[in-house]
Amino acid sequence: MLKTTPFHPRIAPLCASQAWRRWSGHVVASSYDLSHEREYHAIRAAAALFDISPLYKYRVRGRDAARMLDHVVTRDVVRAAVGQVLYTPWCDSAGKVLDDGTVARLDETTFRMTSADPNLRWLESCALGLDVSIEDISDATAALALQGPNARAILEQASDADLAALKYFRIAQARLGSVPVTISRTGYTGDLGYEIWLEAANALEAWDALIAAGSGYGITPAGMLALDLARIEAGLMLIDVDYVSARKALIDSQKSSPFELGLGWAVDLRKERFVGRAALADEARREAQWQFVGLEVDWGSLEALYRDVGLAPQLPGAAWRASTPVYSGSGQVGYATSGGWSPLLKKYIALAHLQGASARVGTELEMEVTVEHRRKRAAARVVPRPFFDPERKRA
Amino acid sequence: MKPYDAIIVGGGHNGLVCAAYLARAGKRVLVLERRDRIGGAAVTEEVFPGFRFSVFSYVVSLLRPEIIRELDLPRHGLHVLPLESTLTPLPNGDYLAQWNDHDQNRRELARHSLRDAEAYDDYGRRMHHMARAVKPLLAMAPPDPASLHPRDLLGLAGLGSHLRGLGRERFHELCRLMTMSSADYLDQWFECEPLKATKSASGIIGTLAGPRSPGTAFVLLHHYMGELDGVFRAWGFAKGGNGSVSAAIAAAARSFGAEIRTSAPVERVLIESDRAAGVVLEGGEEIRARRVASSADPRRTFVDLVGEKHLPAEFVAAIRRYRFRGSSAKVNLALGELPRFRCLPQPGAHLRGAISISPSVEYLERAYDQAKYGEFSQRPYLDMVIPSLLDPSMAPPGKHVMSIFVQYAPYRLNGGWTDARREAFGDTVIDTIAEYAPNLKSAILHRQVVTPADIERTLGLSEGNIFQGELSLQQMFFLRPAVPWARYGTPIRDLFQCGSGTHPGGGVMGASGRNAARAMLEQGV
Repeated sequence: MLKTTPFHPRIAPLCASQAWRRWSGHVVASSYDLSHEREYHAIRAAAALFDISPLYKYRVRGRDAARMLDHVVTRDVVRAAVGQVLYTPWCDSAGKVLDDGTVARLDETTFRMTSADPNLRWLESCALGLDVSIEDISDATAALALQGPNARAILEQASDADLAALKYFRIAQARLGSVPVTISRTGYTGDLGYEIWLEAANALEAWDALIAAGSGYGITPAGMLALDLARIEAGLMLIDVDYVSARKALIDSQKSSPFELGLGWAVDLRKERFVGRAALADEARREAQWQFVGLEVDWGSLEALYRDVGLAPQLPGAAWRASTPVYSGSGQVGYATSGGWSPLLKKYIALAHLQGASARVGTELEMEVTVEHRRKRAAARVVPRPFFDPERKRA
Repeated sequence: MKPYDAIIVGGGHNGLVCAAYLARAGKRVLVLERRDRIGGAAVTEEVFPGFRFSVFSYVVSLLRPEIIRELDLPRHGLHVLPLESTLTPLPNGDYLAQWNDHDQNRRELARHSLRDAEAYDDYGRRMHHMARAVKPLLAMAPPDPASLHPRDLLGLAGLGSHLRGLGRERFHELCRLMTMSSADYLDQWFECEPLKATKSASGIIGTLAGPRSPGTAFVLLHHYMGELDGVFRAWGFAKGGNGSVSAAIAAAARSFGAEIRTSAPVERVLIESDRAAGVVLEGGEEIRARRVASSADPRRTFVDLVGEKHLPAEFVAAIRRYRFRGSSAKVNLALGELPRFRCLPQPGAHLRGAISISPSVEYLERAYDQAKYGEFSQRPYLDMVIPSLLDPSMAPPGKHVMSIFVQYAPYRLNGGWTDARREAFGDTVIDTIAEYAPNLKSAILHRQVVTPADIERTLGLSEGNIFQGELSLQQMFFLRPAVPWARYGTPIRDLFQCGSGTHPGGGVMGASGRNAARAMLEQGV
């Protein structure tokens, strides 16, 4: 059977839609209401509460913890400050991305790492001979994401944390009601938001405290459908959807380097040694073969395709995640991996992998759309990621 | 009467596959089966009234997808029901289950070892790559690397470029797989004993070798082939038992015009001027054909049906050295109620898959130790299925049949197989299961025990070897059954081999029959 998360006793009665999906072997809500719309708008207009407990979480501790993690990931962990969180990919020795996640420095010698896939074996194999212990705390640690413009106000009500002082990608220790928690100013929505980490045993008390404090601020439990749209607006990629882990790729062409995923900024070649460095240093001297970009589908072009068959444009209300060809002239220059209609931006947006020159911002391309059972091409333009980047995210 | 284009000796699945392909190519084909029913080791028999058993082979895992497709076997009645799990009950009352569903499987493995839960996917992908690497070999006549014959050179060149295409890493992996023991190979990934043991068991099936014997890792891969063509899902239990696999192939063969005669035991191959001209049945009936293909094993074919006097001495010597050493047995039970395993006493999904008694590698190796010295294992490796849970037509309503594959039961048992030894062996098997499922003894209505000696006597498989010869490296590929006659031909002109004693070997696979038919057609049957 599938696992349930520590918050399931609260979530199950709220999930009126009975729309569940799997996330790393857990059942999680796709949406609570029959439609995800209200939950989506809560992310951008109030505050949405997500159960993110299915993430894999590891506690890495010991004299060599920083050295070991520094060797695994592409960013500089040794120089990370206590209380800092790094978003980072990590690679195999050929410089191809295995996974992406966060590394939080809890103190000098203790880190919490999160990942989308299990990584215990990989971390242990990278820790041979080092003074470091790696503990899988996935089941023991519950996690919530509180995301949206009212997130700070709610958390100020519910906890004793000094949130005004908590900067983007930093953590604070606090109490939520009586529950000890770690609050990180991180998230997967591109909005003002926090992620809250706690002992699984205290999950329900923490949930109740947040709901109580948030009721006046529009706190809204939200599911994966709403989150998926928000993360596309934020230009954030998703493993197994936007890229294939080098660990799971069956052929080489399925693998991607950080540069090809728009994560070149996270590759710190000043570090002397880390897994994949030689290959990445090599690649840094060339132009990456692929770029991961934003696409905006041209409304006029889409409308014309539908007009031709006598219909008004039909828009994807939920995000799609089927690989979709992108063309320049007669040739295919790439493929979009996620997309959908942004209710906030009133734009049809997509995340796409494009080859070489076609990836430059402003390039006019075409994306395949299916109109009344027939494949057509709609005009699309390369635009900067993220599509949505409010000041409050960092302010 | 006009001679047949081809006579196939033996109506097992490979003989039938060979006949079907020849008939499909427009040839006039006759299959001659000694028993009163077709199927060879792939038969369903109503051993006890109302209880039907796949008496010998009992699952479908390796049947080549191209055979299913080309002979359109589903149209001829093949319906494979999936076996979705493997349960390994443990002596301490716990269990290890492996499930088809990824999340369910991971959760269960993580209960035993988080590392193994992660390694499982890596292992699966590695085996997928390895299976892909050797898959082209299955459908080809194996080229002899020492031969200068253009056809071998061409085959080798193709194979060489295929292997180079694998890349260094995978080629080296393949080398390890070819030489290591299954226990050592699995040690690279796993630490959980029941997981290693249950996986390594597929490296020892049908072979007198233990999980620590070098060369068994490759047999793991042989059994992994069945899982490669995921879309076919040709892994499971054939509705109606394995006899329905044979029936479907026979129906396909007949639809192409092949004739099949049962109760027609071939006494010898008719040899005239150093070529095969037909066969002589017991009782003297002579049937003539332009070609003869034998699906019997190499010893039966060359020593019994052809006769040594017609063969080169060194070839006869090689065939005599070819190893059979049957080591597997079957126990078939008619049950009044389902077994209740101490680890999971309620009926449930865990009973609808395979149930494996393989708690540790050491358990298996000890079972082998006894067989090595001529005794059957006191605590044997068991692979059980309860077909009536998948296909209720196998037993009367509310009752069940249970198929138990047992290893090791050496053909050369000290003192020989007698009725008394057979029953003592059956008791050992039941005692072993009863340690995990105490109600079994009282649930048994009938019991059939099939030893290697019974397999030999009933089916004509030498020494009761279920693969027509061990799947050990010294008799695989271009060495199966013996050089230089490993491409389905024989030293006798117009006589061919089409059984599992040829490349790529045993299991209800059909590849030998198909490859042989192709070799015969290439030579203008």
